[in-house]
Amino acid sequence: MSAGPGQQQALLRQVLGWRVAAAVAWSVLLLPLCTAAFVVLSGIDPFHPLRWVSNSFNDLYTSYIIFCILLMSVVILVISIFNVEFYAVVPSIPCSRLALIGKIIHPQQVIHSVVHAVMGVLVAWCAAVMTKGKFQFLAVPCTSSESLDDAVPQVCLNEYHLFFLLSGAFMGYSYSLLYLVNNMNYLPFPIIQQYKYLRFRRSLPLLVKHSCVESLYLVRNFCIAYYFFGYIPRAWISTTMDLHIDSKLHPLDTLTGLLDLSLLYHAWLCGVFLLITWYITWLLFKIYATETHHFPVQPTFAEETDQCLPKILNSNPPLIIKFLALQDLMLLSQYSPVRRQEVFSLSQPGGHPHNWTAISKECLNLLSDLTQRLIAQQEAAAAANGRAKQPAGELKISPQTPGAIVTEDMSFQLQRSNVIPRAPMPSLVKSSLLPLKASPGSDVGTPFSSPILNCKAGILDLNSPWHGSVQSPHIMRRGPKLWTLNSDLQMNGSHQESFPMFSVVRAGSEAVQPSFIYTWLQNKQEQIKNFLSKRALIMYFFSKHPEASIQAVFSDAQMHIWALEGLSHLVAASFTEDQFGVVQTTLPAILNTLLTLQEVVDRHFKLPHVSSKPPRISGSLVDTSYKTLRFALRASLKTALYRIITVFGEHLNAVQVSTEHKKRLQQFLEYKE
Amino acid sequence: MCSLGLFPPPPPPGDITLYEFNNALVCGHLYETLPLAFQSQLADLPVLGLPKETLKAHSRLEHGTKPAFIHHRESLWKRCINAWRDVGVCGVLNEVANAEEEALQWVKTGSRYALAVCHWVSSLHGSLFPHLSVSFWGAGCTIRAFAWHPHTSKFAVALLDDSIRVYNTNSATIPTLKHRLQRNVAAMAWKPLCASILAVACQSCVLVWHLDPTSLSTRPSSGCAQVLSYPGHSPVTSLAWAPSGELLLSASPVDTAMLVWDVSTENCVQLPWFGGGGVTYLAWSPDGSKVLAATPSAVFRVWEAQMWTCERWPTIKGRCQTGCWSPDGSRLLFTVLGESVIYSLSFSEYRGEMQGQVGGSKTASIVADLSETTFETLYGEERIGGEVHSMAWDPSGERLAVIIRGNPDVPESPTVIAVFRTRNSPVFELLPCGFLRGEQGAQPQLIAFHPCFKKGALLTVCWSTGKISHIPFFFVSAQLPCFSPGRSPVAAMASASVREQPLFSEL
Repeated sequence: MSAGPGQQQALLRQVLGWRVAAAVAWSVLLLPLCTAAFVVLSGIDPFHPLRWVSNSFNDLYTSYIIFCILLMSVVILVISIFNVEFYAVVPSIPCSRLALIGKIIHPQQVIHSVVHAVMGVLVAWCAAVMTKGKFQFLAVPCTSSESLDDAVPQVCLNEYHLFFLLSGAFMGYSYSLLYLVNNMNYLPFPIIQQYKYLRFRRSLPLLVKHSCVESLYLVRNFCIAYYFFGYIPRAWISTTMDLHIDSKLHPLDTLTGLLDLSLLYHAWLCGVFLLITWYITWLLFKIYATETHHFPVQPTFAEETDQCLPKILNSNPPLIIKFLALQDLMLLSQYSPVRRQEVFSLSQPGGHPHNWTAISKECLNLLSDLTQRLIAQQEAAAAANGRAKQPAGELKISPQTPGAIVTEDMSFQLQRSNVIPRAPMPSLVKSSLLPLKASPGSDVGTPFSSPILNCKAGILDLNSPWHGSVQSPHIMRRGPKLWTLNSDLQMNGSHQESFPMFSVVRAGSEAVQPSFIYTWLQNKQEQIKNFLSKRALIMYFFSKHPEASIQAVFSDAQMHIWALEGLSHLVAASFTEDQFGVVQTTLPAILNTLLTLQEVVDRHFKLPHVSSKPPRISGSLVDTSYKTLRFALRASLKTALYRIITVFGEHLNAVQVSTEHKKRLQQFLEYKE
Repeated sequence: MCSLGLFPPPPPPGDITLYEFNNALVCGHLYETLPLAFQSQLADLPVLGLPKETLKAHSRLEHGTKPAFIHHRESLWKRCINAWRDVGVCGVLNEVANAEEEALQWVKTGSRYALAVCHWVSSLHGSLFPHLSVSFWGAGCTIRAFAWHPHTSKFAVALLDDSIRVYNTNSATIPTLKHRLQRNVAAMAWKPLCASILAVACQSCVLVWHLDPTSLSTRPSSGCAQVLSYPGHSPVTSLAWAPSGELLLSASPVDTAMLVWDVSTENCVQLPWFGGGGVTYLAWSPDGSKVLAATPSAVFRVWEAQMWTCERWPTIKGRCQTGCWSPDGSRLLFTVLGESVIYSLSFSEYRGEMQGQVGGSKTASIVADLSETTFETLYGEERIGGEVHSMAWDPSGERLAVIIRGNPDVPESPTVIAVFRTRNSPVFELLPCGFLRGEQGAQPQLIAFHPCFKKGALLTVCWSTGKISHIPFFFVSAQLPCFSPGRSPVAAMASASVREQPLFSEL
């Protein structure tokens, strides 16, 4: 079923290739405009406006400006390559500060930063050359200062130029850092479809404003850095290039040197120029990459089979292709009756609804995967704090599975939740989940990319040592969550010690009543934990931000939102358009999946630490929509259910679903959810 | 063309219109009840009287808690700072000009002149930008806005004191919604495909109330309200939900950009347009494909709701006052301020393939002439006709209700509701049905059709006396009786219609 990796690469190239090319072409075409604006603004002379205008227009045709534009085009090309290499449709959200630091010193990111710093130097050099005046050259002739009479012409270091180059490097590095921290490699898909030009025009004022403000901050930060460390590069450059230092001028790492208004203005303008050109490249790539792509539902030619929608959805293509396919599914289900007809059609010889089966199966798979992931997360959260409140003696039967300490996967949890009568899962979810579990253990992380999984696995297997030891409530106190981390992050030796201790504890507690040793061990363990949690630094790095881990769970929810919308629109349209009744066969399964997911999502929003309202999004250039995806998912899930229910109405009573789901459906029918 | 002359004469004074049956409007006295067969249909609809006196009217007009404290004279300097914070430069000038201190005579004179210049400039501003001086008609009446829930028998009423009451036929609890930011409510809209989410257009923001339909609380906390605000986007006066329930449009007559909100994430996208001022009226077509946006200048726009491109429609005389869509989204009826006619604009059948095209016909045609007509009745002469204030088309596309504002200078030309029988396919037809009369002295303010009335159509009228009455029209729909908004069977059926027919039937 799945196409080979070579084919998928070809598909990716085919879909994304021309988009990247067009984005680069446009950003290169926009470069002369930016350059012209920069030249005009850098030569600003409010007292002689006419001379200023004529000078700057004369400058525009000079050879060095054209050379600068060519050089900058190369820079843009490199920036674009990095954009293409680093983009992600699923943002990677660091769950703790240590993870963030890990991301920053990751070799890939280091390369990113270094290259951006170099590109920053190049842009700053171009800016210095175009600005002319005192910034133009690194080496300037000067007279030695010993005596005015025998003035020996010398070559001195132009510190202004050096300042420019260093500020360019600083800005390039800061850009790279902010790119990482703000998840700017994340491609957010727009909430409404618009033409590319309109999207670009809409974002342009925001982009300019953002660049101006950010450049201001960067210049400030750079000035501070230069004030303290500026002498190092200056001395280094002047010795390696054998340049003298003009003692008549103020050195720039002093207050008087730095408070040069012209210097600050030009440095700021250079920063604005750099940021605007780079952000335009980034913005154009974002706009082009998230544009809709039209996948055919049915292949017209045999060789197109791999590019048609059902095939792509069912194979495991690069994530961006999958996202585009799901987006296309959502759009066709909503707007295109002709293409919907193709989805509902039967195959020519044989008369099987292959298209519908493939599409609905993939959507349902996605949704049930999300259900399982949420259940796992809720289990983990419940293990972390919920059960701690229960008195220890209450638990009569505890699950005694020997392997529980080492391998705690979801299938085990599920079995467990069936064993314990008052497990936190409602019976509704339990019952409907069992058929979903086809292959226990293996599908914990099948279709999803790494970042969520890492986080999720972090939640999961680090809670694992405690799953068996339900009897000791104190262990599971919420407070310091040192162990809810990946094992590779456990640098402290005492952690490793605690694991065997646990198993001992468990073994002991299973057999007999809590003994003296047990309580002693427990006390010791408490002490260790207190000791560690008092070390503020460790806590600072290791503590998990609850909001971040929730965001990580929902980081790819855009797929599920589209699956929900596509599926519900198709089902609603099938009421009048489905001639062969192909949708009816899957309607119970769809309702079942949606209602189960609804149940689980409702429970998720009742967890502690889960805010029920989205945080305020400031209208800034940096998109943070991934932070609110879970709210969008909740809303579109409910809308999807209502969409199906409004169209089918009372007919739904004839659909076979479990009694609990029937009750739920009845509530939906009465508009009481 | 249909004109008022073809209408049956208005009912005698003293009678009120009760219902429509057998193609005729039945009048009677207030205390007369409906025939038994129909009573069950309306038994649970509340007929409300919300007189003005019971409301704490204008309570919010006082700024803050000032009246609760003893008046204390602060120094001029402090007062100026306060005025600056509250009102701005004009406030400071006003404060200085009216200061009682004697010492600063020349400052007072100067500020008085400056204030005069300010007033003059602002009046000029109003004439340059007509959209800044849009006023609301009927601002003094008790009921500010009214909205039926699109799926159930539930409606919300916004009152003069900026509170909102939600009436549900199935429950006795009447939640009252109040919020600090809920001032000058201009419009409300229930989210489609949802149990109980109500968007409210307020002075400074859009409030989205998440009401729990099973809750028994009569006073939901302001924590249930989501605040959607955007700099420069106030006052918000019109709202429209996408029939698919995903997006919310909000518009302000001052802001040139409409905002498309993804309410769950509070993300918004601006749809800017240069020139022509803001947006005074929004109507999303029931099939979700197009949006009418009327501006304060003599132009309105029809947006296509997939790629969000628009067609611009200049009108000759005035701004577009109101408009309504046929259920399948293929026809738009609109009226223009200063003209007493109804225009019709037909659109080509919507298909997803023609991305980014609105597909309107070249010109709008006049389908009804509502100019003043004199009716000779037994009780004397009655003159009816004039500009249209608002229109409502029932969800099955069979009845059209129109509020006609009489000539304000002539006392015997009242504001009336005229009802038309309409048909949209295969050809568009507009036939007279009759005039609705309310109680003596009551003028209709707002009209809305019940979205899912099974036996025909149900018109809800909010009168200037604060009364809300429901007038049923009993008929058998020519189309499928079960109507569901969004992708409806009606829309699917109508696709077979022929577009090149005459636009209205000649009588």
